[in-house]
Amino acid sequence: MNGTPITQAMAETPCVGERVPRFQRPHASVPQFTNSPTMIVMVGLPARGKTYISKKLTRYLNWIGVPTKVFNVGQYRRDAVRTYKNFEFFRPDNEEAMKIRKACARSALSDVGTYFMLEHGQAAVFDATNTTRERREIILSYAKDNGYKVFFIESICDDPEIIAENIKQVKLSSPDYIDCDKEEAVADFLKRIECYKVTYVPLDDDKDSHLSYIKIFNVGSRYLVNRVQDHIQSRIVYYLMNIHVTPRTIYLCRHGESELNLVGRIGGDSGLSPRGSQFAGALGKYIKSQSIPDLKVWTSHMKRTIQTAEALGVAYEQWKALNEIDAGVCEDLTYEEIQANYPEEFALRDQDKYRYRYPKGESYEDLVQRLEPVIMELERQENVLVVCHQAVMRCLLAYFLDKSAEELPYLKCPLHTVLKLTPVAYGCKVESVSLNIEAVNTHRDRPAGDEPPCTLLAPPSRHHSRAQPMASPVPTRAPRLQDLGVTSLSLQNVEVSREPEEALLTVPDHI
Amino acid sequence: MTNCPTLIVTVGLPARGKTYISKKLTRYLNWIGVPTKEFNVGQYRRECVKIYKSFEFFSPDNEEGLKIRKQCASAALNDVRQYLTDEGGQVAVFDATNTTRERRDTITRFAEQNGFKVFFVESVCEDPAVINENIVQVKLGSPDYTHCNTDEAVEDFMKRIKCYENSYQTLDEVLDRDLSYIKIIDVGRRYLVNRVQDHIQSRIVYYLMNIHITPRSIYLCRHGESDMNVKGRIGGDSGLSLRGKDFARRLGQFIQKQDISDLKVWTSQMKRTIQTAEGLNVPYEQWKALNEIDAGVCEEMMYEEIQDHHPLEFALRDQDKYRYRYPKGESYEDLVQRLEPVIMELERQENVLVICHQAVMRCLLAYFLDKSAEELPYLKCPLHTVLKLTPVAYGCKVESIFLNVDAVNTHRDRPENVEVSRMAEEALYTVPAHQ
Repeated sequence: MNGTPITQAMAETPCVGERVPRFQRPHASVPQFTNSPTMIVMVGLPARGKTYISKKLTRYLNWIGVPTKVFNVGQYRRDAVRTYKNFEFFRPDNEEAMKIRKACARSALSDVGTYFMLEHGQAAVFDATNTTRERREIILSYAKDNGYKVFFIESICDDPEIIAENIKQVKLSSPDYIDCDKEEAVADFLKRIECYKVTYVPLDDDKDSHLSYIKIFNVGSRYLVNRVQDHIQSRIVYYLMNIHVTPRTIYLCRHGESELNLVGRIGGDSGLSPRGSQFAGALGKYIKSQSIPDLKVWTSHMKRTIQTAEALGVAYEQWKALNEIDAGVCEDLTYEEIQANYPEEFALRDQDKYRYRYPKGESYEDLVQRLEPVIMELERQENVLVVCHQAVMRCLLAYFLDKSAEELPYLKCPLHTVLKLTPVAYGCKVESVSLNIEAVNTHRDRPAGDEPPCTLLAPPSRHHSRAQPMASPVPTRAPRLQDLGVTSLSLQNVEVSREPEEALLTVPDHI
Repeated sequence: MTNCPTLIVTVGLPARGKTYISKKLTRYLNWIGVPTKEFNVGQYRRECVKIYKSFEFFSPDNEEGLKIRKQCASAALNDVRQYLTDEGGQVAVFDATNTTRERRDTITRFAEQNGFKVFFVESVCEDPAVINENIVQVKLGSPDYTHCNTDEAVEDFMKRIKCYENSYQTLDEVLDRDLSYIKIIDVGRRYLVNRVQDHIQSRIVYYLMNIHITPRSIYLCRHGESDMNVKGRIGGDSGLSLRGKDFARRLGQFIQKQDISDLKVWTSQMKRTIQTAEGLNVPYEQWKALNEIDAGVCEEMMYEEIQDHHPLEFALRDQDKYRYRYPKGESYEDLVQRLEPVIMELERQENVLVICHQAVMRCLLAYFLDKSAEELPYLKCPLHTVLKLTPVAYGCKVESIFLNVDAVNTHRDRPENVEVSRMAEEALYTVPAHQ
């Protein structure tokens, strides 16, 4: 029901007229995507890109602030049946295996329920073949009993080349085929697919016309969309229709060192320093040496990125959305000046750098919202070089590398270094290329409180306020991934009551 | 957004919403800054054949009729070519039935010859209730039927539809697999999307998939009068004045009396809209995108002070108020870009009350009422007045409701002299009165 949680929130609002503390948002600060949680259910034969879509979609939804998690039933099966022998496990007449597979699906469904009820998830991607009407009915019943919305994503592909490439990229390295040689693995996997084909019933445009779904044909040349119910489903459809699997590379870098960088001032709109100009020249040479076909170059509207792009001697597009984070009253100040003039703000920022909004400025959270169209267009494009700024680059990087809101503001994006991102398998390969031109360090490390940063499962205080964007959570029943990207924690005080020296411990050197 | 111009071609039997979609899509594309124009072949036909007699004109064996219709289509295509090639247009919407493969091939060849991309938008609908409502809303008022009574008109129009049905070749999954198109089935219950080529087509698809025709009303208003308003200062983040609070109360009463089912209330993240919404005692959502235009260095200044400290900027703004960007601030053009997701969500929603700000309200209003970039920054959006927008036929009905609480006037007309060399008095001539 729409009313109750928000009315509760209203009772706790301070009186009208008082300054509303910035972190207490009694009402949803972004439009509510959906009230009920949504189950996104994949459908399709093996090697049709279901897991690829599941992971990518989950990454996108988390980045825009919708807590989402993937539940890969194959993973449950691998945990239940420790060793995979061969395709016979998947034969439709293998009763023993059928029992196990059914149990795994139910177990995954139960975990979906836990994720929604106890972990404040808003979307769950149920990644399995779900190729029979019977299996889909089980899922629909479960969702109906619990008040979850269901949206199906079916991937249909009969192009043998695409399937072969798929098998090469992600199946050969699967735990199932660790002991096999390539030919054996491919042969077995193809037989596995045949097992499913026998009982495969695609979503039917007549019999299933009451369901909400998108059918993706041949990796996106055609789509069929049926009964989109709400905003989140509309966004999912839009996203799916913009992604592609054509190999390409995305280059991310900052502008060359600027005059303000040199003197340790943040924000502003200054031009390049002499070393910054050198970088621009080196960047031009590097780009030429990469021989990239049809490279698009994007910059912000600020002098320093435009000057950097000018040196490349190629056409470039300016995006206002790529402008650096607006530091409001702190624009053009050094960290020392911020500490001197706004010590409370400085401390508040260190307490929650992702959500903190400079007075009359922006937060990283705001940045992500304004960068969403850039990400959407990056997905549509092929080879692109984005010349941007530190905070902006952190946001873009967090999207491609699936970093949490806690890690994002502390990602290392040094000047004069190009990050080359190449999609591979289910993720992104990153190469860091330093163009060997000295520059100041502008990275201010994360200060540590007494507890380590809480990366997951911090429930939002009110049901309808936007939950903190998270990285795709650790998949259930998989080895816990190491916490990536958080830099070595310096021991620093983030209390408002701290001494100036403590606040300025991690400020990098400058003139 | 795109290098080659795009030709959008509607496809479908009469009364399937082609013109509705054409006009709405054209309005949206122009608003987001893509110069777009629609070319309605029926209009060309009406100019050619001054008086419409009956459905017989459309009979497939009426050779004379067929010749005229073909000529009209050619004339329209010619104008399309001129618009896209010579007049700087980027998108042209070719609004006609285009129900035969032969006609569509002609158009595709025409586009190829001229270097235009083609995107088809087909509307398929067999629901008699929807078709009937369509006829009532837009056909009965058509110039073709001014001399008929309702029953005669409906009967004739039904026969007209029949004339097209026999030769109708819908876009086919196999035969037309190389074309770029979206097929809209039953007013948006289902969509078939094939071969989206580029960014603009992707945006068009997204837009078409978010619009609906369920009757609803959109209420637009500004926050109650604020303390800054009273002092004649722009921007800032002040609270409501006493009269502003009074307005908030009256707004609550007004909304209650309207008895709107399932009303969503949206505000910005600035105090004055939030305080206004608080007075309604209903849940509301805050959008940062609805914040007032950022006046940068001029924030919190009176116009007199702007003239004093930034006379050059003040004049430049008067010269091109839509594109002018305050130093360290925004332009109306920037505002439109950041309001696009709000518009998209407004299209998805049904009954909504948006409590926002003067410049923001002007942008939203310009979208709904199809106002140009020149008119937009001068639209009148006075305080304490609610605009009730109800979609009707091909446009929007507007009701203006003043809630009877006095407020300062914050509307500054374009002065006569916009030259940089003008005197201060000339610049300040149109500044409204304040404390």
